[in-house]
Amino acid sequence: MDISQLERVSDYEWRIAPFGRMRVPAVIYADQALILEMDQKVYEQVTNVATLPGIVKAAYAMPDAHWGYGFPIGGVAAFDPDEGGVISAGGVGFDISCGVRTLHTGLKAEDVAPIKQKLADRLFSKVPAGVGSTGRLHLDEAEMDKMLRGGAQWAVKRGYGTEADLERTEEHGCMAGAEPDKVSEHAKRRQRDEVGTLGSGNHYLELQEIAEIYDSEVADRFRLRQGEIVVSIHCGSRGLGHQIGTEFLKQMAIAAAKYGIQLPDRELACAPITSPLGQDYLGAMRAAVNCALANRQVITHLTREVFAEILSGTPLTLLYDVSHNTCKQESHTVDGQSRRLYVHRKGATRAFGPGHPALPGDLRDVGQPVLIGGSMGTASYILVGTEQGMERSFGSACHGAGRAMSRHQAMRQWHGSDLVRDLASRGILIRSPSLRGVAEEAPGAYKDVSAVVDASDRAGLARKVAKLTPLACIKG
Amino acid sequence: MKDLYWEHFPHQADMGVRGVGPTPAAAFEQAALAMTAVVTDPGLVAPSESLEIDCEAPDDELLLADWLNRLILEMAVRHMLFSRFEVVLDGHRLHATVWGEHVDVAKHQPAVEIKGATYTELKVSRTEAGSWLAQCIVDV
Repeated sequence: MDISQLERVSDYEWRIAPFGRMRVPAVIYADQALILEMDQKVYEQVTNVATLPGIVKAAYAMPDAHWGYGFPIGGVAAFDPDEGGVISAGGVGFDISCGVRTLHTGLKAEDVAPIKQKLADRLFSKVPAGVGSTGRLHLDEAEMDKMLRGGAQWAVKRGYGTEADLERTEEHGCMAGAEPDKVSEHAKRRQRDEVGTLGSGNHYLELQEIAEIYDSEVADRFRLRQGEIVVSIHCGSRGLGHQIGTEFLKQMAIAAAKYGIQLPDRELACAPITSPLGQDYLGAMRAAVNCALANRQVITHLTREVFAEILSGTPLTLLYDVSHNTCKQESHTVDGQSRRLYVHRKGATRAFGPGHPALPGDLRDVGQPVLIGGSMGTASYILVGTEQGMERSFGSACHGAGRAMSRHQAMRQWHGSDLVRDLASRGILIRSPSLRGVAEEAPGAYKDVSAVVDASDRAGLARKVAKLTPLACIKG
Repeated sequence: MKDLYWEHFPHQADMGVRGVGPTPAAAFEQAALAMTAVVTDPGLVAPSESLEIDCEAPDDELLLADWLNRLILEMAVRHMLFSRFEVVLDGHRLHATVWGEHVDVAKHQPAVEIKGATYTELKVSRTEAGSWLAQCIVDV
């Protein structure tokens, strides 16, 4: 990105004053090196978002921002329904409620070393991953609607988890306001066999070691101890979410003119929150959030089954489950006034600070665990939400490394089999049905996640708590 | 033939699919082939089963996105990959017959599942050489 177009507010905050049809400024949180690496399209997209009706304060880009669809990936924007604010299918993205959950195993690295291979093989055979894979559950129409209304609570009722899991899941495992009736038959058909599947692309299930602790007080509260093993699951609402995104994008693109909305980019397709189309999308999107929560809950159950098989008596407890592609109605203080806003986070993790009523009771005084997934073979991080972050980005932080290179380039540069061998020699086992998929997800194709996390920390969006390094990765 | 081909073009996170042909219908067919190539080598996909697809949209570009999204839906629900496409366009209405086979992980080594065809870099236009181009970014 051309840094001369930005006004430097601090080493980690850059501002673009409103010009043209922008209603608010755009703000990018990143250090100079990350800004220079960012695609120029991020500039274009974040300034486009700033033109949308009813946007409040600013359009934000997180340190991992890259060229997305309409919104940059790593984009945050809040809209006020009383000021003509909009909801955008493109601003949530195709993978509605894609997110990360992390489970404690209580095991030490040395307990896992002798059985790592077996765990990786069993997890790979038990958790469906990759193109064309189907889950153990096949939902009929009535059960589908129950899942879309109940989310992870539905899964727990069906025996896939515990009440304690729900306590540590965003929205207590169930997004209110879901309307399965607003979800098309096509979307439901796409999901029929996909509950409890990882998907493909950058989705994974990873066995990780807590390699470093940065904030021992918070780490204690999160029960993170150096040398212990956790399991992280990264996936979303699968085919159902993708189909909802596709269908509403089209409807909103066509209807924008009717609502008098000038779209600088068709992908920014949106509708007033209070309009029938906006409300329909909200109902369908919330159902997709539940789908994602149910999906991660079922995968958790499958993971527990594998651990029980190999190491009986290892209870896997949930640290937290948080999404990074959503639009949520939240209260935020703007210029001293509390307002109900619709916050879009496209490739940005919710990061609520201490005291927020949405947090689990036993973590409320500390802040929300913010789970940041790395790319295959690189570190992941756990951060904690801060009060500053609530003011700076509506309680949002980065979501991962962000790609530095296209799949196309990655495929030309690396061979899947070489990568699997190289990573194995560093003690990282990769299990994937597709070597080409592995090449496209090469660690070198991503930005340095550590730099992205450091920038989030220094910009005050969330504070670093622990670093996780991978031991085994199941890829779709 | 020079004016009948498909190719990929880069997007930072995902993949661009582009079809070029002497007619818009041919460009749509080539774009569909380019999309299959995001997942696997189209040469590995036997055209052994066929199905019919119909869609309609207010303009050529939305119609291209609709066409690719219908294929994505059929790929997902039928667990199929497609390698042969016959498209007939009538204004902003599309009718197609497509041929393919069920996904065989060992044979096709599918790289990635496609979530949707986006409106980013979405274009249906005439090239300077007089052929038709149909393209967009697909989210994977």
